[in-house]
Amino acid sequence: MKRLQHNWQPLLAGVITAIAAARLPLTLPEAANPVQGGMMIALVLLAAVTLMLTLEGPIPRAAVLFVGAHLPAGLLLAGLSGNEGQMSTAFFLMIAASWLLAWACVSELSQIEPRSTAASWFLRLLIPAIFGAWILVIWEAATRGAGIPFILLPPPSAIAARIAGSLPILWADVRQTIFKAVLIGYVIGCAAGFVVAILADRFAFLRRGLIPVGNMVSALPIIGVAPIMVMWFGFDWQSKAAVVIIMTFFPMLVNTVAGLSAAGSMERDLMRSYASDYWQTLVKLRLPAAMPFIFNALKINSTLALIGAIVAEFFGTPIVGMGFRISTEIGRMNVDMVWAEIAVAALIGSVFYGVVALAERATTFWHPSIRGG
Amino acid sequence: MKHPSSYRGRLLPVLTILVAIVSIWYVAAVFMNAPFQRDLDRRGNVTRTTAEFVSATFSQPKPVLPAPHQVAQNVYENTFLRRVTSNRSLVYHSWVTLSSTIVGFTLGTLLGILIAVGIVHVKALDRSLMPWIIASQTVPILAIAPMVVVVLAAINVTGLLPKALISTYLSFFPVAVGMVKGLRSPEPIQLDLMRTYNASRAQTFWKLRVPASIPFLFTSMKVAIAASLVGAIVGELPTGAVAGIGSKLLAGSYYSQTIDIWAALIAGSVLAAILVTIVGVAGRIVERSMGGRPA
Repeated sequence: MKRLQHNWQPLLAGVITAIAAARLPLTLPEAANPVQGGMMIALVLLAAVTLMLTLEGPIPRAAVLFVGAHLPAGLLLAGLSGNEGQMSTAFFLMIAASWLLAWACVSELSQIEPRSTAASWFLRLLIPAIFGAWILVIWEAATRGAGIPFILLPPPSAIAARIAGSLPILWADVRQTIFKAVLIGYVIGCAAGFVVAILADRFAFLRRGLIPVGNMVSALPIIGVAPIMVMWFGFDWQSKAAVVIIMTFFPMLVNTVAGLSAAGSMERDLMRSYASDYWQTLVKLRLPAAMPFIFNALKINSTLALIGAIVAEFFGTPIVGMGFRISTEIGRMNVDMVWAEIAVAALIGSVFYGVVALAERATTFWHPSIRGG
Repeated sequence: MKHPSSYRGRLLPVLTILVAIVSIWYVAAVFMNAPFQRDLDRRGNVTRTTAEFVSATFSQPKPVLPAPHQVAQNVYENTFLRRVTSNRSLVYHSWVTLSSTIVGFTLGTLLGILIAVGIVHVKALDRSLMPWIIASQTVPILAIAPMVVVVLAAINVTGLLPKALISTYLSFFPVAVGMVKGLRSPEPIQLDLMRTYNASRAQTFWKLRVPASIPFLFTSMKVAIAASLVGAIVGELPTGAVAGIGSKLLAGSYYSQTIDIWAALIAGSVLAAILVTIVGVAGRIVERSMGGRPA
C-alpha cells in the first residue's frame, strides 16, 4: 500500500497511456497531416513506467523518468505541426501521462540529498527548470493541439519566432525604456532615498516626521503620478525617469532608516569606547549592519522601476519604448508582439534582480541568511 | 520606558513635515505656473502687483501644478456636492475601483493561502514552484494589464473580472510568501509536542500551524490590498476611460485637466489608506480574540 501511494503518478500515467493506446491515432480523422507512431510513443511511456518501478534509489529512477517524460513529450509536440486544432483525445492523454512522469521525476529529485555543493546547486536549478519547461509544454500542447484562438493565447513557439524576427525593434525599445528611463531613474531615486535617510538619521526630529509619512506613501498608488510627470517633463524618457525616481525613493528611505537602527547596542557601545565620532560609527558599523535592509530596498525597487517606466509610457511616449509597443500592438491585436515584449521585460527583470542579489551576496557575506545558506 | 508626550514626540514632527510639504507645494505652484500667467498677462495687457500675480497663479483653470486648495476644492465638490451616481462624482469612480480591488484581493488572498498550504505540505511543490513564484514577481506584471483587459474583452469578458484578475495576480504573491513563512513559524519543539499528542497532520495544521500564521497573514494582507488597488487602477487605463480612478487619470491626462488628475490621485490615496487601515484593525481584532498579547 505504501509503495502504491508513493508511486501513484507513474502508475496513473501507465493507466492513462494504456487508455490512450486504445484510442489511437493521435490526430482526428480529418487531420491534414496524420501522425503515425503513436503506438511507439505509448510503448516508450510504458517502458519508462515499468523500468522505473523495478529500480531502487532516487537517482536512477529520476533519470529514467526524466527521459521517459521528455522524449515522448518532444515527439508529441513534433507531431503538432500542420495539425493545429486537430489532435485527438489520445494526444492529450499522452501529454497528461508524460506530465505525470515529469511530476514523479521532480518528486524523486526532491528526495535526493546531495553531499557536494555543486550537485546541490545543480538540483536547485534543475527542479524549477523542469517545472518551467512543463508550463511551456502544456501551453504549447493546449494552444496548438486544441486550436485556441491566436488572439487569446499565442503558443510559445510563435512568441519565440516573433522575438527572433523582431530583434531590432525589441532592442530599440529596451534601449529607450531600460537604459534611459529605468536605470537613470533607479540610480537617482535610490541615491536620493539613501541620502535623505542619512539626514533623517542625523536629525531625530526629521526622522520622527518623515518615517510615518514615508510609510503611508509606500502604501499609496504612486503610479498615479505618471500622467502628471508626462505633462511636466514631456513625452521622452525624462518623464519616465521622474516616475521611477518617485517610486523608488520611499522604499529606499524607509528601509535604510530601519536598517540604520539594526546595529546592536553592544557594538555601538564598543564604538563609543573607541571614541569614534558619528561618521566613523556610521561608516564602519551602522552602514554595514544596514546592508541587508538596503539590498532589500534595492530588490523591491528593481521591480518597481520597471513597472513605473512601462506604465508611465501608457500615458504618452515618442514612438519607441516597451510600454508604447505593448499598448499599440495590443490595439492592433498583434498579441504575439505583446507577449514577446513581456518575455523580454521578464528576462530583464530577472537579470536586474539577479545582479542585485549577487551584489548582495558579495557585500553581506557575513549575514546569517547567506553564511548559513 | 515612558514615551514622551504623544504630541511633542510624534504628532509635532509629522505635522511639521506635512506643513513643509504644503508650503513647498504652494511655492512650487507659483513658480511652475508663473511663465504661463506672465504670457497670459502680456497678451491681455494686464499689469499686476506681485500679490495679485501670485493669487492669479493659484486660480488658473488648467495649471501646470494646481495649488493645494484648488485640489481640495475639486475633491470636496466631486465628493460631497454631486449625486453619487453622477459620472463626475469621485465616490462613483472610487466605488468602481474599490469593487474590483476587493474581488481581486479576495481571490488573490485565497489563491495565496492555497499555494502556501501546498508548498508547506508537498516537498516537490516547494522545490519546483517557489523559485517561479519569486521569479514571477521580478517580472513587471503590470505590463500585461492592458493585454489581459483587451484580450478578455475580445471574448466578451468585460467589466469587473479582467481588472480583478490583475489585482489577483498582484496580491497573491505577498500572501503566498507571508503564509509560507507563517505556516513554518512553529518551532520544532512545538511540532514535537504535537507529535507526542499523536496529532494527525490535519490536527497539527489546524491547531498549531494556522493559529501561528495569523499575524503573518494580516501583515501580508496589508501589502496585498495596497498592491491590488494599484492593479485595479492600472487595469482601468486601457478600457478606454469608462469609469474608475484609473480612467479618471487617463481622461485627465488626455484633456490636460490637471486639477482632476490630482483629485483622482487624492481619491486613490484616501482609498488606499482606508483599506490598509481596515485590514490592520481587523488583524488586531482577530489577534486579540485569539488571545494574542499586544507586543
